[in-house]
Amino acid sequence: MSAETLEKALVKPAEPLLSKRRKKLITDPLIDDNPVTVQVLGICSSLAVTTQMQPTLVMAISVIFVVALSNFVISLMRNTIPSRVRIIVQLAVVATLVTIVSEILKAFAYDMYKELSVFIGLIITNCIVMGRLEAFAMGNKPYDSMLDGLGSALGYSWIILTVAFFRELWGSGSVFGIPVFDYISGLFGDDFNLAKNGLMVTPVGAFIILGLIVWVQRTKTGYVEH
Amino acid sequence: MELFSLGIRSIFIDNMIFAYFLGMCSFLAVSKKVSTAMGLGAAVVFVLGVTVPFNWILNEFVLKEGALTWISADLAAIDLSFLRFIMFIAIIAGIVQLVEMVVEKFSPALYGQLGIFLPLIAVNCAILGGCLFMAQRDYTLAESAVYGFGSGFGFMLAIVLLAAIRERLKYSHVPNGLKGLGITMLLTGLMGIAFMSFMGINL
Repeated sequence: MSAETLEKALVKPAEPLLSKRRKKLITDPLIDDNPVTVQVLGICSSLAVTTQMQPTLVMAISVIFVVALSNFVISLMRNTIPSRVRIIVQLAVVATLVTIVSEILKAFAYDMYKELSVFIGLIITNCIVMGRLEAFAMGNKPYDSMLDGLGSALGYSWIILTVAFFRELWGSGSVFGIPVFDYISGLFGDDFNLAKNGLMVTPVGAFIILGLIVWVQRTKTGYVEH
Repeated sequence: MELFSLGIRSIFIDNMIFAYFLGMCSFLAVSKKVSTAMGLGAAVVFVLGVTVPFNWILNEFVLKEGALTWISADLAAIDLSFLRFIMFIAIIAGIVQLVEMVVEKFSPALYGQLGIFLPLIAVNCAILGGCLFMAQRDYTLAESAVYGFGSGFGFMLAIVLLAAIRERLKYSHVPNGLKGLGITMLLTGLMGIAFMSFMGINL
């Protein structure tokens, strides 16, 4: 191969790093094809952590890490995995990544690790992870798969962060641990009190808030389930 | 008596769905008809009842800190608990596969009913969640068996109830944006309120 053709072959990737198609991979799952509100995936493991913003943020970051990287790794291996045992292979890859996340948390943020307890482990069975692996990573190139995973995880993250925002605000009267309610009632004098709703801290609050978010979101996008 | 109390707790109070949101994916996806919900529920009861004690054995004799002393006293310092996720999920996937083969061989009728759900159970959060809770709460073997079956029954109860409500819901006029997931989440919330009345019961 002459130097010229070699150069051409190297320069070949004509598609820019963030082409229109690739941007779509990230932006689509945010609203129109949101994994939680439209595809009904991944509700399992994370509603339980949404009583406070902070653990929810940690959870969201962990899920972004796991989904993007597992999509990337599985996509690299996609041609060598026999289809009969693919679920086990996928689970092994995901479980390894989740173990890494959990060990990192244990080492650097032990309180957070205690608080999230089993729910970090449950990222393994988060349907978004398996869903993206099956639907996208098994048939697409590594870089695209990573972007797709990133998009889905971001779409999931903003939903659980929104749920957590309302649950923490109404349930505990704070945002990220900052006591907003106390601050507001301080402005109006001693007799003024904003009541906290204990129901929001219980699982019931999460179900109802998510139901309402789904309602608003679907009314906006016009998506109807039959 | 304590075991009985644990069983009741895991069915009603620490219900997989209403207290921990575990198994929500299949809870939402397979609750359109009572008969299929029943099938999935039965499969979950069975798989949870088998895998939790099985993983207890694995945890107790292989993974826990100092669990390997039964091989030799020198291994007392070894702590393999960081392998918990991967080992538990491997056991679950293996047992689900095994259950699938056994059911297919001995009861083709049941296999036909459960067919699609069985492999999906491997990635049901309720199963892994049950196993991780068992490890975290330091149950004994008997307790973990009761806990496994109990939380399985709790899941089954929840999904069958929801399916029954959704069957009725077909004839009601639901706003477009709420159809499907939205109304189901609100319903689950209301059912959660009902289940909250079991809280504080001590047997």
